[in-house]
Amino acid sequence: MRTVSSWGRLSAPLHRVVVLNDPGRVKSIVSREYPSGLAHGMGRSYGDACLNPDGVLWLTTGLDHFIAFDDKTGRLVCEAGVLLRDIQRLVIPRGWILPVTPGTQLVTVGGAIANDVHGKNHHLLGSFGDHVQRIKLIRTDGEIIECGPHTQPDWFAATVGGLGLTGIIVEAEIQLRRVASPWLQTETIPYGDLDEFFQLADGSEVDWEHTVSWIDCVSGNGNRGLFMRGNFSDSEQRPEPKKRQLVMPFVPPISLVNSLSLRPFNAAYYNLKKSKAGSAIVHYESFFYPLDNLLEWNRMYGPKGFFQYQSVVPREAGQDATRAMLGEIAKSGEGSFLAVLKTFGNRQPVGMMSFPRPGVTLALDFPNKSAKTLKLFERMDAIVREAGGRIYPAKDARMPRDLFEAGYPRLHEFLKYRDPGISSGLSRRLMGA
Amino acid sequence: MNNKQRIVIVGATSAIAEHCVRLWAQDQPVDLTLIGRDADRIKRVAADIGARSPEADIHVTQLDFLDTAAIQTAVDEIAKQQAVDIVLIAHGSLPEQDACQNDLQACREALEINGISPLLFAEAFAKHMAKADSGTLVLVGSVAGDRGRKSNYVYGSAKGLVTRYAQGLQHRFAGTGVKVVLVKPGPTDTPMTAHLKAQGAKLASVEAIAKNIVDGVKRGQPVVYAPPKWRLIMLIIQHLPNFIFHKLNI
Repeated sequence: MRTVSSWGRLSAPLHRVVVLNDPGRVKSIVSREYPSGLAHGMGRSYGDACLNPDGVLWLTTGLDHFIAFDDKTGRLVCEAGVLLRDIQRLVIPRGWILPVTPGTQLVTVGGAIANDVHGKNHHLLGSFGDHVQRIKLIRTDGEIIECGPHTQPDWFAATVGGLGLTGIIVEAEIQLRRVASPWLQTETIPYGDLDEFFQLADGSEVDWEHTVSWIDCVSGNGNRGLFMRGNFSDSEQRPEPKKRQLVMPFVPPISLVNSLSLRPFNAAYYNLKKSKAGSAIVHYESFFYPLDNLLEWNRMYGPKGFFQYQSVVPREAGQDATRAMLGEIAKSGEGSFLAVLKTFGNRQPVGMMSFPRPGVTLALDFPNKSAKTLKLFERMDAIVREAGGRIYPAKDARMPRDLFEAGYPRLHEFLKYRDPGISSGLSRRLMGA
Repeated sequence: MNNKQRIVIVGATSAIAEHCVRLWAQDQPVDLTLIGRDADRIKRVAADIGARSPEADIHVTQLDFLDTAAIQTAVDEIAKQQAVDIVLIAHGSLPEQDACQNDLQACREALEINGISPLLFAEAFAKHMAKADSGTLVLVGSVAGDRGRKSNYVYGSAKGLVTRYAQGLQHRFAGTGVKVVLVKPGPTDTPMTAHLKAQGAKLASVEAIAKNIVDGVKRGQPVVYAPPKWRLIMLIIQHLPNFIFHKLNI
């Protein structure tokens, strides 16, 4: 047994870790040798979706082989432990790219499917699951299920966004999309309040594939922020930028994100970016994955770890709900450097339990200050509940069960597809088993 | 005939070998021969390399690693087509020291697969390289071969055999066109050490080890410690006097 933490480092429960590295042996391991557990990839979920305290974790990062890549059609078949980074580095020089990618590429394909991750281009291309053509799933009773949008679509809909609870994803086929270069033509536009943000977001949906904004959650006067948008460039050919990697070398005794650091940092960040506002050519890795060059940045929140709170609320209620949440945060003096506000497009997700839905999503990190932080979340929950929104399970460590049930109306349908041999900290907390 | 770099991997399903191949194949078009014990597992490696490097020519060969006649035939067959540029001999398995102490059969198997088998392959390729007066023979040993320790001396003695053998081969080929590189990885995050990792041990990443090996081979370095810090660590361990060494629980 050894301790395993998720990305938020809120706890370090004991697990028996069983390494999967031979696809030919997965069935026997999960159905006979260690027949109950949870698949675990890079552990980038923030809370307990990727943990199984006191139980088995089947570690999937050894399933890291490509199976086939056709650079005429852009079809990629790979094992579930392959990292998005390895896919991008393989396919981009050959004219293809993952259509949807989250804010870190240090996640496995299996994890990206199980959480149906989204990116900055939801309004055009939906979420990760929209581009998966086939999943090979192994159940703990030994059954092997091949599913996709057209074969066994019910299993597919349960597994995309299914938090790894329907079986062990061992293999996937993904349709990539064409891209001419690894460079994006981008624009950064400062905005002064939420109304301006929504104008920019709405006005950018047609012409810009990627849109996202950083919002200053502590300035208190009108929610200023920076709106960023980008399109892949057809013409740009430049030498690859040098890769620099830094590591957060240790866990500081207290969180570096605190009331002393937060306000000046946000002000400095805003003013620095504002001074550089306008157009720029940016490499895809720094555009999509700005934090991947600072390895183990989660340590900066100190020994008690941190929470992320990511919600989505329907568009009609979006403006008021976002304003109310930002108001609660400003009042509490909590919050983070990483406050992200973006709109999701008007499209239904593939998965029964997928997080993205039409509306506005706000994501923030909060250093763990125990009761104080949880109290703030309760006030934010009330706003989300009122607005008919929901919280992202991949980021969650504490949402109340009633909010989960209200936010995911297809939960009962989903439960029929659960693998009885699989459970996680999150499933026990929110689904009772 | 083609002018791609010709590389043969013995023990191609070894994680270290696989990552070396990924690096070699991404640098230039290669002609690869992958030799392994398990046909399905070699095919998995071949498919992966094929997806990564569509220009690579890939051949796979399945073999019993202790069958001298089969090794001889397979190596002769590979070598007669065209001179080989790099041979990487990477197979092995990490036995339980306890099992070796209590079961002579387990002990024998550990010695054979980690010590004898790599030598048989090396010797078979050495003959052809000598004739061609070219090629680099890379043997994966281990830091465990540097000094016998109670925690893994059966594995260590097999790797010690590889070390001594590589020295002899380097002596034999001194001043010729043939290079012999002995690699000594420290504990690495591979399937072989999965149980150590599961216990929470800190292990070097296999990507980093492979990079050390590929760089060392490019330079023709006789001994490559991977990561390089193990050269210093093992220097100290080798020179610890017995009265200190015997108190250590390593």
